[in-house]
Amino acid sequence: MRPVYVVSGGVSKFAKARPDKTFQAIVKEAYDYSIQDIGLDFPTFNSLVDGSVASYFSDHFSRQLMSGIMAQDYLGLCPKPSHRVEGGGATGGLCFQEAWKAIASGHMELCVAYGFETMSRVETWKGNEFIALASDVSWDYPVGGFYSGYYAMMVTRHMKEFGTTVEQMATVSVKNHTNAYYNPYAQKRHRYSIEDVRNSPMVAWPLTRLDICVMSDGAAVTLFASEDGLRRLEAAGAKVRRPLVRVTGIGRGTDAMRMADRPHVDYETFIRDYATEQEKDSDETRAYYKVLWDRGTRYPGVHSFRAGRTAGNMAYKHAGIDDPLNELDFIELHDAYTSSEIQTYEDLGLCRYGEGGAFATSGKAFMPNVEYDLDLEHAPLCPVNPSGGLIACGHPVGATGLMQGVFAMWQLQGSIGIHFKDDTLQVEGAKRGAIHSHAGTGTYVTVSILEQEA
Amino acid sequence: MAEIPKKRPETLGGYVVHGIPFPKETDPDSLAFLKRMAPLQIEQEYKITYLHSYGQDSPWFAAASNKRLLANRDSKTGYTYATPRGHDMYSGEETEWIDISTRKASVHAFTVCHFGSEEFLPETPFVLILVEYEDVDTLFMARLVGVDPLAASLDWIGMEIEPRFLRNSKLKPTDVYFIPRAAEA
Repeated sequence: MRPVYVVSGGVSKFAKARPDKTFQAIVKEAYDYSIQDIGLDFPTFNSLVDGSVASYFSDHFSRQLMSGIMAQDYLGLCPKPSHRVEGGGATGGLCFQEAWKAIASGHMELCVAYGFETMSRVETWKGNEFIALASDVSWDYPVGGFYSGYYAMMVTRHMKEFGTTVEQMATVSVKNHTNAYYNPYAQKRHRYSIEDVRNSPMVAWPLTRLDICVMSDGAAVTLFASEDGLRRLEAAGAKVRRPLVRVTGIGRGTDAMRMADRPHVDYETFIRDYATEQEKDSDETRAYYKVLWDRGTRYPGVHSFRAGRTAGNMAYKHAGIDDPLNELDFIELHDAYTSSEIQTYEDLGLCRYGEGGAFATSGKAFMPNVEYDLDLEHAPLCPVNPSGGLIACGHPVGATGLMQGVFAMWQLQGSIGIHFKDDTLQVEGAKRGAIHSHAGTGTYVTVSILEQEA
Repeated sequence: MAEIPKKRPETLGGYVVHGIPFPKETDPDSLAFLKRMAPLQIEQEYKITYLHSYGQDSPWFAAASNKRLLANRDSKTGYTYATPRGHDMYSGEETEWIDISTRKASVHAFTVCHFGSEEFLPETPFVLILVEYEDVDTLFMARLVGVDPLAASLDWIGMEIEPRFLRNSKLKPTDVYFIPRAAEA
């Protein structure tokens, strides 16, 4: 595989509703920003790029099939090659990796990944119905199809097995909302307390409105290049920011659509097939897991995301990461729910299964230069969702995974201050980060590793 | 106590308006002004009736309408699916039907939905559960009734429950629902 660079990106401001523009024109906002950021004009860039990948989740939201080609057309990219990818909430992460593949395989030298969603075209509860149609319509949807309900069921099991608390979940909401206060792209820029989170309206017990991300209109674009592609851009006058940012690892995992169908494997199978290398090498951790299994824990059940663990392990192996907590400088992960952020800490090996709640309140996932008004035991070690994540930035599904890619690239370029007009969220000295994209109850999960070029 | 609303609900629908404001002349200044025009939004209705097939899962619905609960099992390994599955995910072999109507059942996980998709909003708050059956390897999503949805508790997990069937089958998975076993008279 050839080296793959992400060289530029753009994000439209995510908003509850953008009736002022069609989805194509919102994509163009992000596209134009990414071109201007490397100092090129539209016709020059379009003459250089080889093709694209389009990312959007639902045809229902805009009652429009083949939206991808309409964006391709609007961006002036016809007749260059393109295709649409779709995988629920992970659509953007899948798109990021498909563009990576186009470059890594040698099929393209310059590839645009663009993603979008306009969710405001239907009312909120109809939108929830559309999202719930991404569950089995024979067996799950008719029982009360509602994704917040599905995730709530998963976390009640997590709480029962591991003692995770609603206050630990609320801490994630406080962290991510507070971070977003400094992110001008974020849809929600509010400071909340744990009490605010718990006192907001109950949506699906125990998840309140402030435990859950919101629906959004928005778009994001990431530009991928090979070494030849970089040379092509710079020969045309592009000023690609240094240090360069390379995608050094990708991983994906899947699981059964019906969470009821997911296995409950024994201790030996878990250690053999799912434990991280770090966990396998630790006598103490294997003993810890043995105790959990003796108490009745089985994996993944509905408390954990096997797809997330699989994607993380694969990406870490690809990038040569043994100790993610200490070898990653930040992570932008898919926090559609505060509970799923906690579950994902565990899947990604930032802590052991069962320890996600305590990890959430430890302080290790917080930003160093932000005041949260919380009593945190540890200094920040690996900030999670420095941007504010989905909970605060919003979740225009097809754009979300690419938004994470753009924010991660800016972190590694050291250009957060330029794009956010504020340095607060710049992770100082960031050399390596991860992005994590996740679809319905953990059906598709992608993890991609981005690094500063040495 | 229910929260007192502070704003009126937004709904679609309303008057049909004839005559959209537009410049009387299309001179350059007037055309340039159109860039400052607010977007027009219209309602588009979309309805469709699907002829949905339950395919190989159909016997489950026929059974539920006759007050029996079926499951699928791999005949060689005995791996059993509470939610029907025509082929085993490990052997790839076709599964067989078994009757689990009298198996012990308990709550594996739950939530109380205070909001929901549009279709289910009128039913809120309702309790969703994943049912765990004795000697069955996978779970089954269902509704739990007979508990106070406003008194949710983690203690519900592990609670023994038993199935009840709608007398008038709707041929949906909700033809079966569960109640706490202790609630039986």
